[in-house]
Amino acid sequence: MAEAFQFELVSPERLLLSEQVIEVVVPGTEGYMTVLAHHAPLMATIKPGVVTVKTPDGKPDSYVVFGGFVDVTPDGCILLAESAVHVTDIKADELQNRIKDAKEDFEDATTREEKSRAEDLLGQLTTLQEAIKAA
Amino acid sequence: MPSLKDLRNRIASVKATQKITKAMQMVAAAKLRRAQEAAEAARPYSQRMAAVLANIASNVDGDDAPVLMSGTGKDDVHLLIVCTSERGLCGGFNSQIARLARDHTRRLLADGKTVKIITVGKKGADILRRDLGKLIIDHVNLREVKQVGFTNADEIGHKIIGLYNEGAFDVATLFYSEFKSVISQIPTAQQLIPASAIGDAEPETAGDAVYEYEPDPAAILGDLIPRNISVQVFRALLENAASEQGARMSAMDNATRNAGDMINKLTMSYNRQRQAQITKELIEIISGAEAL
Repeated sequence: MAEAFQFELVSPERLLLSEQVIEVVVPGTEGYMTVLAHHAPLMATIKPGVVTVKTPDGKPDSYVVFGGFVDVTPDGCILLAESAVHVTDIKADELQNRIKDAKEDFEDATTREEKSRAEDLLGQLTTLQEAIKAA
Repeated sequence: MPSLKDLRNRIASVKATQKITKAMQMVAAAKLRRAQEAAEAARPYSQRMAAVLANIASNVDGDDAPVLMSGTGKDDVHLLIVCTSERGLCGGFNSQIARLARDHTRRLLADGKTVKIITVGKKGADILRRDLGKLIIDHVNLREVKQVGFTNADEIGHKIIGLYNEGAFDVATLFYSEFKSVISQIPTAQQLIPASAIGDAEPETAGDAVYEYEPDPAAILGDLIPRNISVQVFRALLENAASEQGARMSAMDNATRNAGDMINKLTMSYNRQRQAQITKELIEIISGAEAL
């Protein structure tokens, strides 16, 4: 039996989840990663994507997050999301709107740096959309 | 002397007003509960954010710190973000915030600084426009917003950071009303940029464990601080929403009580006058009968 640790998913509007879990998969900016108990202290920014948590009874649960960062301490793991919703509550048109915004940002971007950032975001959002559709 | 009919009409109209203020008080009470819940729900995020920021700030050298934190090194141009409500009838709520902002502005102007103002919410803009109109550079309208969401705060945050990056100001201060209780809301000024205060919080020591950063600490901090500004604005807006409803509740409670007093007074003079008229009619009848 894998060891459990405290995981919290917080968005600015509310505390979405605070419970014991055995495994969390977070979408880090530099790639998805799995956090287990006794993970080395880590701080990472996250990109839009799906967070999957596994509770001690082995039930997986997913949340969609849009950017934020994750703080792994010896006592647990805190995910501060810019915005987060349960995967069943995500609305297709909300995602569409975000993609549209990202596209506009990309077109409006003037400097190369802005342009590449907007492109990254757009890419992440499209991947996310496909991932949700598949689920 | 108003006639009996006039008095009756006035009593009816005050009664109608009392019904309205009573209803407004009850609506404000319901909204206050919701606003308080929202403010409470948002608390974990800002607490965690502060802890994480303190943690990371202690790991970043002063030289690497983003300009949003260390400031431009000057304090010539000040930006005031004044958050007020969109609706009136809430006692001294808006004028208190506006007064604090105005005093602050006067002091800065007296020191020879330049002041720019961004207003959030219509009421504060109306008050400040009268004598500081020239200093207002932008206005954020939240009229259509029923429940303040993080996206509203984020927009304001981005606006502030955009201006900062253009070099439009050196110091940013946020004005809002802190919710203490239904009868007490305290107008507060909070410095946003440079974000010096966050370094004061004790970093949560994670043992002596070495943190891993992905990407590097400076990059994370560069991402975190703008977000923290949005979070601070969000917190201010939520506090404001709760304060506004609290202030409205007590203002309407007062109004209801005043209307009650007024009704009592009017009823008294109505009854007196009615009695006077009855007496007058009786005298007329009696003296008419005596004359026969």
